[in-house]
Amino acid sequence: MPESTRERGRVEASRGGSVRLEDVAVRFRTKKKDVTALRDVSLDVAEGEFVAIVGPSGCGKSTLLKLVAGLLKPSSGAVRLRGEPVTGPRHDIGYVFQRAALLEWRSARRNILLQAEMRRMPADRARARTAELIAMTGLTGFEDAYPHELSGGMQQRVALCRALLHEPPVLLMDEPFGALDALTREQLNVELNRIWRETRTTVLLVTHSIAEAAYLADRIVVMTDRPGTVAEVIDVGLPDERDYAVTMARPEFARATARIRDLLGAASAAD
Amino acid sequence: MVSQSTTPDVPVAGVAERGRPGAGERVREAAARSWRPVALLLACLVAWWAITAAKLIKAYLVPSPAKTLQVMADKAGYLWHHTWITTYETLLGFVIATIVGVLAAVLMVYSPAVERTLYPVLLFAQVIPKVAIAPLLVVWLGFGLAPKVVVAVLIAFFPVVISMVTGLKAVDPEMIQLSATMGAGPLQTFAKIRFPASLPHLFSGLKVAVTLAVTGAVVGEFVGANEGLGYVIQQANGNLDTPMLFAGLLVMSLIGVVLFVLVEFAEKLLLPWHASRRGTAVTTTY
Ligand SMILES: Nc1ncnc2c1ncn2[C@@H]1O[C@H](COP(=O)(O)OP(=O)(O)O)[C@@H](O)[C@H]1O
Ligand SMILES: [Mg+2]
Repeated sequence: MPESTRERGRVEASRGGSVRLEDVAVRFRTKKKDVTALRDVSLDVAEGEFVAIVGPSGCGKSTLLKLVAGLLKPSSGAVRLRGEPVTGPRHDIGYVFQRAALLEWRSARRNILLQAEMRRMPADRARARTAELIAMTGLTGFEDAYPHELSGGMQQRVALCRALLHEPPVLLMDEPFGALDALTREQLNVELNRIWRETRTTVLLVTHSIAEAAYLADRIVVMTDRPGTVAEVIDVGLPDERDYAVTMARPEFARATARIRDLLGAASAAD
Repeated sequence: MVSQSTTPDVPVAGVAERGRPGAGERVREAAARSWRPVALLLACLVAWWAITAAKLIKAYLVPSPAKTLQVMADKAGYLWHHTWITTYETLLGFVIATIVGVLAAVLMVYSPAVERTLYPVLLFAQVIPKVAIAPLLVVWLGFGLAPKVVVAVLIAFFPVVISMVTGLKAVDPEMIQLSATMGAGPLQTFAKIRFPASLPHLFSGLKVAVTLAVTGAVVGEFVGANEGLGYVIQQANGNLDTPMLFAGLLVMSLIGVVLFVLVEFAEKLLLPWHASRRGTAVTTTY
């Protein structure tokens, strides 16, 4: 049954897909100088697909996610989300930042419910969905804790729940686990893989971790140094359901990570 | 009295554990925290007493603590009346300064044009010595409540605006972007994110403002009044009644301290999350 959804998603990709960037360029004009953050970026993401984005710092990864969310306007080119051109902030997405960006005066549960309040979702549905997500992300027992009482991993789980509350068709994640220790990060990777399989949402994940990208993604977009553009898109070719240790040992995993290292090494050697 | 200072200055046992401290423990903790300022105050009192007792300074210049307290007791009704007047002016000025200051800050943060227009005016209003315009205010507004309240507002307004502007601008930009992806309008973003996030800053401004408001009210009274502590001090000054002058000064400082503590209490009550972040209760470092 999930396979058929995926297939449908991949068929739709051929006529627009979930996220589509066409020859996008972004230039920032500041007082001192102009910065070209992105140039000639084209990308097509199918519905239900998990795409990881890796690249050197400052190559425009965050900028790319903000384009998709409609928080930034491209200087040229076109951005489409679920078939429609992006013209302003989009509400049919979930966004997770590197810093959890939680409201410190709200408990974990009420931080998650912020999403519902802003959207004026029916209260009972929001409550039920929150309970579901809290159980799914292992936050049970921490519902009433305040952000300063939570570990970094727990805070990021809350941010993830908040991003998933309205069941967004597209989830944008900007280095969500970058500030966590390696062990917590692995746990959250395993959870994210499961959540993705359960929700079938399209995911764009920006990460600095090559292993994280290869473990989680269907495809990995490797970007060049600034001005960022797509160096290569790698098909990982692993099954959707991925046991952590088993996946690490698979030849597809080794091939993908080796290729990313090659590309990124080449990018930094070019400096 | 002296036993206060023998309270050990070591962290109270049990502070490091997460459990709720018992009542006795809390009292001991409070004592451990406050014995130094209390001791300093007592030392000042003793020094004051010693200087007057040794007749180092003539009694009509500096009255003894006993004499001052005597006056406070004898004229309690009189002092109470004027204290209440000054407190009333102070509070009125403080409340108006808070409301106007917060509104001005919101306007300035949301409209760069308003900010550019208001900021120089505010700065100008701030640098004018309030003592210098107080007589003018009396000419314009008479001898009643109004000029005192206006001086209190003028003097308390600035820290409120500055702290609120800082608070509203300090909000995490990613939080605002997140709010946009949630479909929130500007009003919702303000009510649920920006305003609550700015409150810790606002309260640090309010604590400064409330003490300044006392000064403002008294300055207003100095210039032209027949009521209030400023009037009491001026009368006492004219009569060379230094015990009453000292009594007036003491009560005036007391108003400032009490109002400051009240604002701090309100902060703890309204922003428990903020207080607990700064909290010292959970762990102790040496
Ligand atoms: N609002 C902005 N104004 C000016 N320059 C910006 C802005 N946002 C990003 N940039 C610049 O664009 C480039 C790409 O930024 P970003 O997308 O954050 O990179 P990454 O997330 O890949 O590290 C950087 O050089 C950054 O300095
Ligand atoms: Mg970034």
